[in-house]
Amino acid sequence: MIAEIGHAALWLAAALAALQMLAGFLAVNAGGEGDVARLVRPTAIMQGVLASVAFAMLLWLFATTDLSVKLVAANSHSMKPMIFKLAGAWGNHEGSMLLWVTVMSLAGGLIALVERRLPERTMQATLAAQGLVSLGFYAFLILSSNPFERLPVPAPEGMGLNPLLQDIGLAFHPPTLYIGYVGLSVAFSFAVGALLTRQVTPDFASAMRPWVLGAWVFLTIGITAGSYWAYYELGWGGWWFWDPVENASLMPWLAATALLHSASVLASRDALRIWTIMLGVVAFSMSMVGTFLVRSGILTSVHAFAVDPERGTFILILLALFIGGALLLFALRANTINEGERFAIASREGALVFNNVMLSAILAIVLLGTLYPLLTEAFDVRVSVGPPYFNPVGAIFAVPMFLVMAVGPLLRWRQDRLDRIRPEIALFAAVVIAALIWFGLVMDVAILPLLGLALAVGLGVASFMPLRGRKLTRVPLATWGMVVAHFGIAVALLGMASESAFSEERLAAVQEGGTTTVGPWTITLREVVPVAGPNWTATEAHILASYDGGEPVYLGPQARNFWAPPQETTESALATRWNGQLYAVVGDRAPDGRWQVRLWWKPLVTLIWFGGLLVAVGGVLALLGRVVADLRRRSIARKIVERRSEEEAFARSQAQEASA
Amino acid sequence: MSWRVWVPLLLFSGFLGLAAYQLTQPKDDFVQSAMVGEELPYFDLPPATQGAQGAASADFRDGTPRLLNIWASWCLPCIAEAPQLEALKQQGVEIVGIAIRDRPEDVAQFLAENGNPYARIGRDDLSEVQLAIGSSGVPETFVIDGKGVIRYQHIGDIRENDVPKLLAELEAAR
Repeated sequence: MIAEIGHAALWLAAALAALQMLAGFLAVNAGGEGDVARLVRPTAIMQGVLASVAFAMLLWLFATTDLSVKLVAANSHSMKPMIFKLAGAWGNHEGSMLLWVTVMSLAGGLIALVERRLPERTMQATLAAQGLVSLGFYAFLILSSNPFERLPVPAPEGMGLNPLLQDIGLAFHPPTLYIGYVGLSVAFSFAVGALLTRQVTPDFASAMRPWVLGAWVFLTIGITAGSYWAYYELGWGGWWFWDPVENASLMPWLAATALLHSASVLASRDALRIWTIMLGVVAFSMSMVGTFLVRSGILTSVHAFAVDPERGTFILILLALFIGGALLLFALRANTINEGERFAIASREGALVFNNVMLSAILAIVLLGTLYPLLTEAFDVRVSVGPPYFNPVGAIFAVPMFLVMAVGPLLRWRQDRLDRIRPEIALFAAVVIAALIWFGLVMDVAILPLLGLALAVGLGVASFMPLRGRKLTRVPLATWGMVVAHFGIAVALLGMASESAFSEERLAAVQEGGTTTVGPWTITLREVVPVAGPNWTATEAHILASYDGGEPVYLGPQARNFWAPPQETTESALATRWNGQLYAVVGDRAPDGRWQVRLWWKPLVTLIWFGGLLVAVGGVLALLGRVVADLRRRSIARKIVERRSEEEAFARSQAQEASA
Repeated sequence: MSWRVWVPLLLFSGFLGLAAYQLTQPKDDFVQSAMVGEELPYFDLPPATQGAQGAASADFRDGTPRLLNIWASWCLPCIAEAPQLEALKQQGVEIVGIAIRDRPEDVAQFLAENGNPYARIGRDDLSEVQLAIGSSGVPETFVIDGKGVIRYQHIGDIRENDVPKLLAELEAAR
């Protein structure tokens, strides 16, 4: 029954998406008024509710492990802990696509509910676009990936969830990323709506900005968490692999970051109209392209998704319709939209535009690197594109971007002179050069990590310079957001560069009772014992690690064997200090009885993820700042209306008295 | 500005075309060994179970082509391919087995249950030989010619309709 309710809710939601689209487009043609126009917002809200019902039903099915449902039987197991039963709901293709449409329709419902700033006709066009995109994904879900399909005969027991996914961090990683990916659909719909009605105004940018910020915050958290997960769960000791699936999450983030900044320019200065629209389309397009690349199995990745060419074809058709349609609309309309205000190169806008171009270039590089194997395979050459391409080529654009990022926030809007901020530039340059000399000449670091270290230190200092000479209590929340986010980038960059410059690795075969060293650590392997968990058994190494001869800390890395489904995973053990992390993995036993132990000492590596979180915190601050300012503006507007009507009433009563 | 607004659509069309083309291509997920065409790397393995003979790379240099079968008693598809190996043996093909990460008693039990098509079985406890010849899983079967050169790699279990192809490869390696 539960499955049938979910299935029915899904169909109804799809029908409402169709209605939302039709009513929206009709209303736009009718000038944004009339009975049809009044249908659009309630339909969007109801669609969000129904999709949520469908998703809740799927969660219910997984919570109760209803083995008559195919998806549950294939991805869950009655013996799993509850949290992983729930996570199983989105740890598979069908469930995650249901999560995708649920987030999309909730986002659509939310803008229908709260967004009142834009002309009603633009909103109808926006919601119509949102309905159209949702409808496509509903069709995909219902026709080719129905999560509520029953088995003719209930299974006696489920197949289990991929053990790599049985990790608390990973349970929440996909939903976080999805809110980010799909949240960008709002920006896409806003852009299409604005193109349809030719209303590319500062209001449009300020209406779109909080949505982009919100999605961007979730993307930032999702990418940061995903990177940490890969780091400690996969047991390779790396934190970013330039894997297609990772790139699929990075590309929308890059586009959204650029969009965020260009929307700021449009909102404050009415410039960069066409560019902002383009990025609005591109950001969500990157989400969809990423989904296609990952789900169609067209690229090989460490991420195991159910691969199905038929589904790939379906998504490709959706891409052709949505992205192709939006880009066609863009090409037809862009020439009729004027570019907006002009500005000087040395200005806040100038710096933002420069960094927008750099971000877009990095995006293009990542996209090219991700698609390149696809291109060469067409000529029967198999290649794998990795760090030797991405790191240096990305750096060509990242280095100037970080330089401009340090001074850009200090510049004034429209027109400024660089010599006005000469002291700040000098300070930044001095810090960077000092760091270059120290790390380059004294510590002899390789070129790319060296640039990273120097820029990180300089940027860390520079990110606080916009606060100079201001009363800290009066600095707007949104400015604090910018400062914190920029500082977070510096912190993450420092972690990345330090990890790459100073990491030490040791692969040793150690007898029980034996010792080895890595960096400043001395490691003793006390013993190796078997341990058992709820659905796995493992060999666990008991390791004592002492930093620089100090008090030893205990580490227990495991090699786990899951039995449903059978798979081996490594559980690394970490010893975290303020200045870095010791990373230990236990491997196989050699015939002579020694155990393979793999150890890394990674100075400052944790800063990568702290930095990522700081960036997200900055985003939250900026979002709060925008929302608070918006609420304040609304309440003032309401008061003005009230005051005016009171005055009118008073004047009327005065007039009546006078005539009497 | 006029023509440039069409650039994004143009690029996207290029991507669509490429993606559509690739979707229609059959996808080969197997990693072919780079060792095909190369000489067998040196190995000399002890027998995998009592009563069996060990396997060494030197065994392959006597002028007769052979099959080298990478398998394990814990591998289900290996049970599925056992009848085909038996059939190949009936046709006079000599098959050398290498048992991967196995225990002698399990190997013995597997052979008792599923038949023993092997002339020799070496034990490879750390997958060293398996990795050296570029095999990434079990079962895999290689055609080795009389000079000890790897001629052909079959990935996965041998089905009935794979048998003629293997026989042809053996004939070609003669």
